[in-house]
Amino acid sequence: MIDREPPDPDADPDAEDVVAGRPPGAAVLRGQGRAVAAVAAGGVLGSLARWAVGVLLPTAPGGFPWATVGINVLGSLLMGVLVVVITEVRAAHPLVRPFLGTGVLGGFTTFSTFAVDAQTLLGSGHRATALASLGVTILGAVGACALAMAVTRRVAR
Amino acid sequence: MTVLLVALGAALGAPTRYLTDRWLQSTHGTGFPWGTFGVNVVASFVLGLVLGGPAPHAAVLAVGVGFCGSLSTWSTLAYETVRLADERARTTSVMNVVASTLAGLGAAGLGLALGAVLWI
Repeated sequence: MIDREPPDPDADPDAEDVVAGRPPGAAVLRGQGRAVAAVAAGGVLGSLARWAVGVLLPTAPGGFPWATVGINVLGSLLMGVLVVVITEVRAAHPLVRPFLGTGVLGGFTTFSTFAVDAQTLLGSGHRATALASLGVTILGAVGACALAMAVTRRVAR
Repeated sequence: MTVLLVALGAALGAPTRYLTDRWLQSTHGTGFPWGTFGVNVVASFVLGLVLGGPAPHAAVLAVGVGFCGSLSTWSTLAYETVRLADERARTTSVMNVVASTLAGLGAAGLGLALGAVLWI
């Protein structure tokens, strides 16, 4: 069946050595068929949603990339809710995190466009817009995730 | 057709991220999230390559929007940054997001420069 890490991230640190001692290829792929399929399916849905938002809200050359910034902040917020719900509030099916977290939200949010957009803005002399997109994304995404985790914990208790 | 190209790239990118993360965690442990860092930097470079010059539209959709978009992630980067801060690894937490951003910008710049030459 599915070969998963212990769900508790604070599990016995010695467990890492056991994992590290295995031949890497075998440990990584063994029993991962269903999880990989769930990640792929979720990734397709998340990516299509991201693409649709980008088509609906195109960014003018030199403009602030609202669509990508909004997607990354919203996806990070939802990730905060999801992780707390499935690790602290209720036991979830083992495929929920690969599908919704790694797949849908991982595919919805994107780091490559964040980096390339900022680099393109810098290269075309729009330095303030580039720095704003970097700052708003970093503070917005990390802040939204932290806030979502705290609020979800509060509501669930 | 457009939808299929994005979907195809995404169907390869997201599992590549998942398996890379598992592989790096099994070889480097779980202290620093090398998996997310690595896929984000690589995807930034490849997206730069694709967008650096007049690449075919199909390549932009499949490789750029689909593959690079789903290979890279902000939601997991944000979560791992918060998790490190919660574990009192505050320096590592800040390092994670700062190093990811600087390396991603560098990789994107390199990709854009190479892409400008590649697509001539």
